[in-house]
Amino acid sequence: MSAVIDEHGHGHEHVHGPAKGLMRWVLTTNHKDIGTMYLWFSFTMFLLGGSFAMVIRAELFQPGLQIVEPAFFNQMTTMHGLIMVFGAVMPAFVGLANWMIPLMIGAPDMALPRMNNFSFWLLPAAFLLLVSTLFSPGGGPNFGWTFYAPLSTTYAPESVTFFIFAIHLMGISSIMGAINVIATILNLRAPGMTLMKMPLFVWTWLITAFLLIAVMPVLAGVVTMMLMDIHFGTSFFSAAGGGDPVLFQHVFWFFGHPEVYIMILPAFGAVSSIIPAFSRKPLFGYTSMVYATGAIAFLSFIVWAHHMFVVGVPVVGELFFMYATMLIAVPTGVKVFNWVSTMWQGALTFETPMLFAVAFVILFTIGGFSGLMLAIAPADFQYHDTYFVVAHFHYVLVPGAIFGIFASAYYWLPKWTGHMYDETLGKLHFWLSFIGMNMAFFPMHFVGLAGMPRRVPDYNLQFADFNMVSSIGAFTFGATQIFFLFIVIKCIRGGEPAPAKPWDGAEGLEWSVPSPAPYHTFQTPPEVK
Amino acid sequence: MHGLSQRRLVLRLSLMTVVMFAFGFALVPLYDVMCQAFGINGKTAGQYQGSQVSDPSRSIRVQFMSTNASDMVWEFHAKADQIEVNPGAVNQMVFIARNPTGRSMTAQAVPSITPAEAAAYFHKTECFCFSQQVLQPGERIEMPVRFIVDRDLPAHVKHLTLAYTLFDITARQPPVARLTAEDVQGAR
Repeated sequence: MSAVIDEHGHGHEHVHGPAKGLMRWVLTTNHKDIGTMYLWFSFTMFLLGGSFAMVIRAELFQPGLQIVEPAFFNQMTTMHGLIMVFGAVMPAFVGLANWMIPLMIGAPDMALPRMNNFSFWLLPAAFLLLVSTLFSPGGGPNFGWTFYAPLSTTYAPESVTFFIFAIHLMGISSIMGAINVIATILNLRAPGMTLMKMPLFVWTWLITAFLLIAVMPVLAGVVTMMLMDIHFGTSFFSAAGGGDPVLFQHVFWFFGHPEVYIMILPAFGAVSSIIPAFSRKPLFGYTSMVYATGAIAFLSFIVWAHHMFVVGVPVVGELFFMYATMLIAVPTGVKVFNWVSTMWQGALTFETPMLFAVAFVILFTIGGFSGLMLAIAPADFQYHDTYFVVAHFHYVLVPGAIFGIFASAYYWLPKWTGHMYDETLGKLHFWLSFIGMNMAFFPMHFVGLAGMPRRVPDYNLQFADFNMVSSIGAFTFGATQIFFLFIVIKCIRGGEPAPAKPWDGAEGLEWSVPSPAPYHTFQTPPEVK
Repeated sequence: MHGLSQRRLVLRLSLMTVVMFAFGFALVPLYDVMCQAFGINGKTAGQYQGSQVSDPSRSIRVQFMSTNASDMVWEFHAKADQIEVNPGAVNQMVFIARNPTGRSMTAQAVPSITPAEAAAYFHKTECFCFSQQVLQPGERIEMPVRFIVDRDLPAHVKHLTLAYTLFDITARQPPVARLTAEDVQGAR
């Protein structure tokens, strides 16, 4: 933090520190402040969504109904999904983008700072609205995070209207954030920072931002159709009036499948910075990484119906979506190959960011393989709506998106706080997360293949032991994240002072500014050779 | 500054957002067109105007199902469970509905063909599903459906099922009533 705050500095061009007090955060247009708020907001939502997961795992600890009513269990699965997707993962990446993209491309701030402030402050409003539905008569959303009609229209609780409005707010926030990211990357790069010199985190975010602009409006459209069906007598999804509930699934998954790449591409980018840093080698295959990201983004638009193999897609359609889905394994394989090749014969050290990054590569690949299994249309008839699907998407989202965020947080914490985090505690956080996460989600593969359905609060006795293991793993993983909070607070409050470049193998403009990064950076653009 | 000015870039990105929002809604008619064009999802087309010559060498079993949607209380069934038909010939089946309640009600029947690939080969020349049914308390009607099974029906299809689901649309009467008969047919 700058030592002197110039009270009269406003309106002048010279460097001044942040304003004081609460209004600093309400009115700030500084990309670092907004990035910090996004990250804290995301972590809060991560703990809230996580506590809902704890309720789910506590109920599933043993067969039979013990702790919550089935109706409330449904609200927990729904809210857990919605909050983790829209409240935890997406804002965390927007927070990282806010903090790091200007620093990585040598820009003084984001291109549209006031809009940046507005996109952030929409989120607390949206989630307050969403979470408040849990206390409304009839309860909160209980139709699953995919809110299929007619569950979410004809049979929805009264609070569904608030859910729709919350989704609208989140969508507006994401779209504005995406426009901001694109404008920043395309217009504010330092001289000499050509597109093909940008760090991969910037590249993956640029592509993610285009995905957001392409699909978040479709999500807004689908909830608007729901709203009209519920309140204005239209029949988009009601067969009685000439509509079709299957249409809902098409429109939803047209948004939903690119959405899963929105949640993973920025993690790909971050890991592509972290692995070279701790391998002390440049990234292997930079250009192929960029093209692979583009290919994944393109393919994500033409595979949506693989979520719907059992609704009665014609055979030709099932074949098309099956092969298109499997094709995604090619660019993803290129990426995994490049990460492994970067590590090959590198001078590897395993600080906490690297541990999370390596675990990311291994465990995300496992999640990718179960995805390939699910892509096989005839096999999917068996796997559909079982715990195998739950295992699959938690393997790509927890050690994928979440571990990518943890790796980024540890990697850039010295730059954010000016202190090194406690390496021993960081490693402990990693190992407890790693063990807890695998314990929680690996057994789900087995119970899923054996036929345990998802979203049900009770299960057959044969699944009892595996579910108990899952629950113990989930509790371990959950408790460990409180420990992460402790590590971060400890790092903010003190610790070994961090040099400008705390990782000797790290590359990039962000390491050319002091740690902690001053409130204003790159007011004169750096020269990139 | 590289490339476009900030204002133009932001305008273009905002335009993209608006276009994609519209695209979400464009998926609705697009979906119906795709379903009808490829006969997927068991959706049958509107009224068939053509005629065909009967093919006595081939016999297809057509089964009839009648289902009430939730909250629908009418008695609703076909006169026969199944009939044997020749491709190309015009056939008729009569469905019977009765309103057992003490109030006037409006219903809409929605057809579906199984297997879905046969939907494009099932032509209705007349169907009660093309319009809405209004029944007074205790009233009973016989509702005909006339259909032709296309001569080009794939050889491996030996029988098909025509299923009707009957929806109570009394409550949604005002918005639906504004639709013309063509609208309703178009949606079928």
